[in-house]
Amino acid sequence: MKDYHYSGPVEHKFSPYSFNGGTVLAVAGEDFAIVASDTRLSEGYSIHSRDSPKCYKLTDTTVIGCSGFHGDCLTLTKIIDARLKMYKHSNNKTMTSGAIAAMLSTILYGRRFFPYYVYNIIGGLDEHGKGAVYSFDPVGSYQRDTYKAGGSASAMLQPLLDNQIGFKNMEGVQHVPLTQEKAVQLVKDVFISAAERDVYTGDALRLCIITKEGIKEQTVALRKD
Amino acid sequence: MALEDICGFEDTPLHRKSFPASHFEDTATFFDCYNAEFRGLKKSVRNSGIPLQFFLPTLPNSPLFNQKYRSPFSPYKHLMTVRRPFPLSHGTTTLGFIFQGGVIAAADTRASAGGLVACPAVNKITPIHSHLVVTSSGSGADCMLWERILGREIRLYQLRHRRCLSIRGTAKLLSFMLHPFKGTDVCVALTLCGWDKEAGNTDSSFITDDSSCTVLSSQDVSAMAYPSSSNSGPKLIYVCSDGARLQGDIFSVGSGSPYAYGVLDGRLRWNLSKEEAVSLAREAVFRATHRDAYSGNNVDLFHITAQGWSQRKREELKEEYYRDMERRAKTVEKGKRETVLDALG
Repeated sequence: MKDYHYSGPVEHKFSPYSFNGGTVLAVAGEDFAIVASDTRLSEGYSIHSRDSPKCYKLTDTTVIGCSGFHGDCLTLTKIIDARLKMYKHSNNKTMTSGAIAAMLSTILYGRRFFPYYVYNIIGGLDEHGKGAVYSFDPVGSYQRDTYKAGGSASAMLQPLLDNQIGFKNMEGVQHVPLTQEKAVQLVKDVFISAAERDVYTGDALRLCIITKEGIKEQTVALRKD
Repeated sequence: MALEDICGFEDTPLHRKSFPASHFEDTATFFDCYNAEFRGLKKSVRNSGIPLQFFLPTLPNSPLFNQKYRSPFSPYKHLMTVRRPFPLSHGTTTLGFIFQGGVIAAADTRASAGGLVACPAVNKITPIHSHLVVTSSGSGADCMLWERILGREIRLYQLRHRRCLSIRGTAKLLSFMLHPFKGTDVCVALTLCGWDKEAGNTDSSFITDDSSCTVLSSQDVSAMAYPSSSNSGPKLIYVCSDGARLQGDIFSVGSGSPYAYGVLDGRLRWNLSKEEAVSLAREAVFRATHRDAYSGNNVDLFHITAQGWSQRKREELKEEYYRDMERRAKTVEKGKRETVLDALG
């Protein structure tokens, strides 16, 4: 019997990138912001770690969530930390969320020809104390939003958030402003749903709630399969 | 950005670098946008002709890896870009046209990345100064950053020369800044829509009131008598990262532009009133979003006159679509009734 598989030389191209999975979500309220991420670190069919959260605290009022290629996430957060320190030493004040967002945009675009494979979402309080969410694409295009999901399950979560927080595609509903308790519950429910349907999301959920009192963290268990 | 440069702010050697030293920097080259190749371009006194430093990866097969000399041509062309594992945002409908009442700029608000709508509410029309807006099309990040760089250069020009750069000058500046990136996958197609305020002489007298061209605000320009020379008045110029720089009366850019051109070419006249022009622009974008998958969501409209730009409230196209469906249903009904009556009578 003939063999039907290819048996000649095969070229394997080295790719400097790899996809480590994970989902990040941020929601901005009137006087609070929530940044949440799952804690699973995967590669292909394996799980490297069940306890690798993707939210990184930048200042007392800003948290960044980075998902995508874990190597680039680590380097990018180190670079942001260094730039924050430089700013603090030159200007004697901490960077505001909007300033961090603008700076991150130029950092990412400086690597336009060899991008950081990271989907970033910054959540925090702006200078007036209102919640702010800034979402980025891997090369630095950014925008201020009220809510955004990024990472492997983003295509599943974003429509759900559009409906529940943005009241989109619903007729005759009253637009009630989002309270902190409702937002936290919604984020937990949304991640439980994501863990059901996305293989790269699961294990645990890490929530960072940013208010003017500071940053509170919560951990909630998710599906581990 | 601009204020830093004019003050010559560079306190630490690390300040100018986009990121701190890493161990593979000795093999990579940091390249300035404004290299010695561009002699004609005005640079500021300090080294700050550089809008942004770019990191060029040295890949094993690229000529940069083994050579340290700078080629006379743009180094970006020899670049073998690392293949990206993600799609970038693309796809849009933007348009601009000139009529008797000034310039209208309109755009949709959808940013798509591959098949996903990355953001349904993007600003594709950005004001640069009180008499110039830029509509962007192409890759979202490229447009956003290049508009930022353009705004900075215009502001620097205004601070140094105490007058606004003309729209044609702005277009030339932008085109020259984009030229080193020709051949790479930087994809930027901007339409500069604006109003030139002063007389056409290049060695014109300075206007000492430098608040006449306030950046990013639309204050009234107190009655400035401009002679009716061809260098003042409404202007529409298309600049593209391929190197095109075209002045015209009507432009539409993007994946939805053929549909928008169809609507505009049918109904555009010089004598339109402001309301008619606005409604025509909205209709053109609406028809384009209806037929083009990569355009959609809302319409942004800007109107530029001698007094500056003014923005119309962003409109949701869903309402327009339902109204259009109702109108069509009514005409079909009417048609059916008429044929029935004809058949009977």
